[in-house]
Amino acid sequence: MGNCPSGTADRDGDAVIVAGGLALPFRTGAKLFLHTLIVILGSLLLCDGCGRTSASSVNLLGSTSIQPFAEMLAERYAKDFPGQFVEVQGGGSTAGLQAAESGLANIGMCSRSLTAKESLLFTPILIARDGLAIVVNPKNPVTSLSIEQLRALFAGRIANWNEVGGQGGPVRPITREEGSGTRESFVRLVMGNERISRRSLTQESNGAVKELVKGDPAAIGYMSLGLVGPGLKAVAIEAAQPTVENVLAGRYHLVRPLLFVTKGAVNSATQKFIDFVLSPEGQSLLAKEGLVKIR
Amino acid sequence: MKRDKVIGAILLVVALSAISGLALITVFIFREGVPIILRVGAKQFFLSTDWEPSLGHFGILSMMVGSLFVTVGAAVIGVVFSFGLAIVLTQFSPPGLSAALKPVIELLAGIPSVVYGFVGVVTLVPLIRRWLGGPGLSVLAASIVLGVMILPTITSIAIDALQAVPRSYLEGSIALGATRWQTVTMVLLQAARSGLVAAVILGMGRAIGETMAVIMVAGNALDVPRSLLAPVRTLTSNIALEMGYASGDHRQALFATGVTLFVIITLLNVAALAVSRQRAGRRRTK
Repeated sequence: MGNCPSGTADRDGDAVIVAGGLALPFRTGAKLFLHTLIVILGSLLLCDGCGRTSASSVNLLGSTSIQPFAEMLAERYAKDFPGQFVEVQGGGSTAGLQAAESGLANIGMCSRSLTAKESLLFTPILIARDGLAIVVNPKNPVTSLSIEQLRALFAGRIANWNEVGGQGGPVRPITREEGSGTRESFVRLVMGNERISRRSLTQESNGAVKELVKGDPAAIGYMSLGLVGPGLKAVAIEAAQPTVENVLAGRYHLVRPLLFVTKGAVNSATQKFIDFVLSPEGQSLLAKEGLVKIR
Repeated sequence: MKRDKVIGAILLVVALSAISGLALITVFIFREGVPIILRVGAKQFFLSTDWEPSLGHFGILSMMVGSLFVTVGAAVIGVVFSFGLAIVLTQFSPPGLSAALKPVIELLAGIPSVVYGFVGVVTLVPLIRRWLGGPGLSVLAASIVLGVMILPTITSIAIDALQAVPRSYLEGSIALGATRWQTVTMVLLQAARSGLVAAVILGMGRAIGETMAVIMVAGNALDVPRSLLAPVRTLTSNIALEMGYASGDHRQALFATGVTLFVIITLLNVAALAVSRQRAGRRRTK
């Protein structure tokens, strides 16, 4: 920055010595670099070829809620069936559907029900179900809400906790961003035709919602059942605690499907991976992670 | 000679490709964004506060107001501290102190914005929630974080502006019997005014374009904020929050938000340029 003229000469001297020292390794380094480049380019070309033509690679893209589970399944799948590759990318439920439609991905991952229009286009495969937990701060004495109360809280019609049995104080609903699969499921399951209050705080990840609810006794948020951790209190909905047993028994109503979505006929590698996910082994892996098995 | 020409040509191509990149981005943003503004209607798009993409409502007024509030708040905080720093560093501090402080301030510019946001969420937001009330995520939190972030920008331009004031002005003022403080407020700040204004405008340009830190501390509610403690969504955070999932009209509306931001930032930069040109012009005529 020119504000230390006394140090400049020294530094230049250093630089020359360093450059001289580097000169020899650099020449062999250049060769190495060239070789590496060739190898990388070559493998890119090869990969490009195998990605399109060979049947042993499956691409998944979509919901960030399903992504970690799919990655885990893919890892186990690669171990069980050497030579089979499954690639998993995020991007969101909507992006997953787009990728399945354009053929960019063999399977789109979608963490909400398909709309009527979408279900004409795609074949949905239910891989698991996921409870939607309603979480509040542990300091909040409210332990149970009806769906009607929940709707009113998020719509902003109930603005004070004492109306639902809590201590007096403002209610601060926390929602996810437009387009999130979790948000769309919440809207469909809870909100009906009502809109989420415009005053509600919007956070772009489950982690951010968690942090906010942990720190704010007035907050209420929603997230995947498997993600509820210490520092959060999940409330009972319609007198049913959010547990896997209650979801299975049909007592807990806030449940969303986790879908693999395909379009048209699938190739054999894709079908093989889907079969693996639906197999008892795949299903028990998902159950271990807090999801609800389909059978 | 020939070699010079070749190198010149290569550099020209490099320079032009950088500029053409900018031009392409501009064309792309406008091509994607302008049609939806026309379809929705400019009045509806810019003057409605109703943003509900899934229902086809695209009104960005509350985000524009949000960006304005946060930017002005950041400018107020940034200006108070930056001008103070600039005055102290150029007039009052011993040379050793300024030599130590200046690099530190410049270092502030090198901290990634996500770190500012994180520090804001972890320390500032709970403090605001506890002592001032509200959700903590607020206009105030965003303004403070952005104010600190634009500090280096404003400070370094302000220092340049203050140092450009001819020494004879200050000596004349002191000779006339003014105190040092009077000299600073009545002569120095007046003489450097256009440079200081340019510094503020450029700082505001940075603040309005900042995204990551703002998303983390502003709360992103869609309502027009009614107090400093209310959550707020800015134009930038609206784009960043929803871009990942958007398609169709929604995607285009986000590009249109980008067009709005682009125009605002361009205007701010043009204003800063005009103000500093004016200064240069005036100096030349003297």
